[in-house]
Amino acid sequence: MIRFLLGKLAYLIPTFIGITIVAFGFVRLLPGDPVLLMAGERGISPERHAQLSAQLGFDRPLVVQYLDFIGGLFQGDFGTSLATRRPVLGEFLTLFPATVELSVCAIILATLIGIPLGIFAAIKRGSAFDQVSMGAALVGYSMPIFWWGLLLIILFSGILGWTPVSGRIDLLYFFRNGTGFMLIDSLMSGQKGAFTSAVSHLILPSIVLATIPMAVIARQSRSAMLEVLSEDYVRTARAKGMSAWRVVGVHALRNAMIPVITTIGLQIGVMMAGAILTETIFSWPGVGKWMIDSISRRDYPSVQGGLLLIAAVVMIVNLIVDLLYGIINPRIRHS
Amino acid sequence: MTTSSDTQSERGRALREFWFYFSENRGAVIGLGIFVLLLLTAVFAPLLAPHDPIQQYRDFLLTPPSWQEGGSSQFLLGTDAVGRDLLSRLIFGARQSLIIGAVVVTIAVTGGIILGLVSGFFGGWVDTVIMRVMDVILAFPSLLLALVMVAILGPGLMNAMIAIAIVLQPHFARLTRAAVMAEKEREYVMAARVAGAGRIRLMVRTILPNCLAPLIVQGTLSFSSAVLDAAALGFLGMGAQPPLPEWGTMLAEAREFILSAWWVVTFPGLAILITVLAINLVGDGLRDALDPKLKRS
Amino acid sequence: MALLEIRNLNVSFDTSSGPFHAVKGLDLTVHEREVLAIVGESGSGKSVSMLAAMGLLPKSAKVTADVLQFQGRDLLTMSDKERRSIVGREISMIFQEPIASLNPCFTVGYQIEEVLRAHLGLGRNERRKRAIELFSAVGIPDPEKRLSSYPHQMSGGQCQRVMIAIAIACKPRLLIADEPTTALDVTIQKQILDLLMTLQEDTGMGMIMITHDMGVVAETADRVIVKYKGRMMEQADVLTLFEAPSHPYTKALLSALPEHATGDRLSTVSDFLDPATLQEGPL
Repeated sequence: MIRFLLGKLAYLIPTFIGITIVAFGFVRLLPGDPVLLMAGERGISPERHAQLSAQLGFDRPLVVQYLDFIGGLFQGDFGTSLATRRPVLGEFLTLFPATVELSVCAIILATLIGIPLGIFAAIKRGSAFDQVSMGAALVGYSMPIFWWGLLLIILFSGILGWTPVSGRIDLLYFFRNGTGFMLIDSLMSGQKGAFTSAVSHLILPSIVLATIPMAVIARQSRSAMLEVLSEDYVRTARAKGMSAWRVVGVHALRNAMIPVITTIGLQIGVMMAGAILTETIFSWPGVGKWMIDSISRRDYPSVQGGLLLIAAVVMIVNLIVDLLYGIINPRIRHS
Repeated sequence: MTTSSDTQSERGRALREFWFYFSENRGAVIGLGIFVLLLLTAVFAPLLAPHDPIQQYRDFLLTPPSWQEGGSSQFLLGTDAVGRDLLSRLIFGARQSLIIGAVVVTIAVTGGIILGLVSGFFGGWVDTVIMRVMDVILAFPSLLLALVMVAILGPGLMNAMIAIAIVLQPHFARLTRAAVMAEKEREYVMAARVAGAGRIRLMVRTILPNCLAPLIVQGTLSFSSAVLDAAALGFLGMGAQPPLPEWGTMLAEAREFILSAWWVVTFPGLAILITVLAINLVGDGLRDALDPKLKRS
Repeated sequence: MALLEIRNLNVSFDTSSGPFHAVKGLDLTVHEREVLAIVGESGSGKSVSMLAAMGLLPKSAKVTADVLQFQGRDLLTMSDKERRSIVGREISMIFQEPIASLNPCFTVGYQIEEVLRAHLGLGRNERRKRAIELFSAVGIPDPEKRLSSYPHQMSGGQCQRVMIAIAIACKPRLLIADEPTTALDVTIQKQILDLLMTLQEDTGMGMIMITHDMGVVAETADRVIVKYKGRMMEQADVLTLFEAPSHPYTKALLSALPEHATGDRLSTVSDFLDPATLQEGPL
């Protein structure tokens, strides 16, 4: 198990170095002179320009700049935002809980609905339930979620008036020194109606972000279950006189979950992409919307830091999923 | 020549068998039907569209669909905020989407196959470097990477297509490499080598046809991802630029009217969904028909 | 009374090219203390008929029979619940691929204790004690430690011993062994067969041995049924069959035994078989 983990880590380190090169390199390729951008509308004299360039280190060779960048990373320095003049890491960490809250709710929703859907479809293979749920899964899998979000807003906010259109909570509520997780903060604050408001803001974005992962998980659960149900050990369990519930719910399910866990892990990366769109539609103040804003503002240190941090988060999540995979699969745990 | 007619009948038999399995899948046939319709729509768009897609009818801003009150029989699905006919824009939009899919898949498949072949055949450090680069590309959320690339290259349809192709191509490289690794040691490849086939010839003529099936399936899936991602980039203002009638861009323009004019939001999205769904249906059918493991059941 | 009695068993599967008849008109009776061998090449419907008897075939299989009884109880019409109280307890079965037949996600201890809990309702400590006893009985060294092993940590022979321990856990009246030694090394095959025969003699249970190996038949069986393409060709006690086989297919099977090899080539069944004589069996 430890060797399995070390192997994974040894594999991740070069990938991470690659990620830093990409993040660093991309941003140097962005059109526009960063010093001119910093100066803004007022313009800048050539002397001042050269002085600023030297001050920011842009006149040095790229390799030196890169090593400097890496050195900074080790001290937690991801650069300073051109737009807000605040450290990029700080900006990211302020907005990150909003994205985490949304993603966690979405993945829970996707798993809680996707897995049972796929399992039952497999058990009732060929039935109307199987066909309808797998048809729905294919539609979900093909969904342009930015449009799906707009449709849900039209229906639930426009026509029915049940849910708010944007943001994380009503402006009435304010929490000092919160965790950044609106559900927790609103609950802790004890303010009347705060929690309900947070939940109602979270529902639509969660559904939108959960749509594609839910479809993928349902399809994967179904095919994993179908494969497992034809295995010899399932026949053995039935030959042992075990109830249908035990055969499917214990013997088959435990094995079918192994590939599904991997799929759920892969969906985290997909969800970071989905978060960009979902947060944009619902004006959700998370890192996805921040990336879009940074790109359109040409705030290149933020783009560079955000790209790096988001890729790192995806990598860490995948590492955790691999760990989980090792725990749930005895064939890896004991080798 | 007996040998060539043998291979021909062999190919014909394989094709018939494939069609048998594919046509058994009702969803796949429906998907194929829709796709063919879309293709025809795209090709004959100028004939089918009742209006010029960028012609602005100033007297008909945000006209509802013809069956709704206030609608005009002139504009079947209504008009957008600057008075352009929605139906005509949707019809011309099919062109953009199919071109995007085709171009992206062509670039991604070509690039991926070349990288995969080189990687699998030469092995050693060449392989390590190429596969590491693929890992790095896959480590980023695809849409985010494409977005940043478009920001570098400058917004526009062509740049969006290049960015999406780069993001999608590692899948093809990995598939091809895996197939090469598996086939490399097989007898018939050895035999071809002994018979004096050159390396390049060996790669292209002998190995490639044998890893065609997974590449076709992946290609179909990539086609739908490309349509979806290009629409997403358009929606975020980084893809096709107005006034080009691209479905994602149309949605972006329609966003501010979501609560007042449902039709400008609903129809372009529906067009994206139907297109992607049709391609995915075909993809599922191809996978089932080409995957010998599933044929048994 | 017979343990298991089958009259005119038919099993068919619906396929895209029409129904496929896996078993046609099988008759069979097994008594206490008796070992019945079913012989035939793969695809002759040996396993399917036994799976049908235990109710283990998928729903797509169509099973019909004039009689299908275990100790006088009708296996075809009984409820699922009633069947489950017989299957795994009074009739148990072991399979060809021992490693694949055990669930890779659970310890072998869990998999044997599960049966003890479901059928005998034993408590935690009793289960463990009984599991250790059973493991010793089937010759698994260091049984206490082995209980917490996973199937992939054990050899094929060890796994088959675990399967046997699970099968005899509830002291069944009938054990069905479906090619129990085919997937094992030659040296292990003998050990497993000896273990099965010792257990059968000690407990007096009936046994059905499904095999394609006439050597196994000679070593274990009291009576033999020979099958070919879903049909029963011959039924005889083992001495008669070996001394005076009546059906050409049986003769061919026997002639193909390695002991009868002449020269440096092993003969195969088809060498001795005249396809014409096979068209009409005695049935």
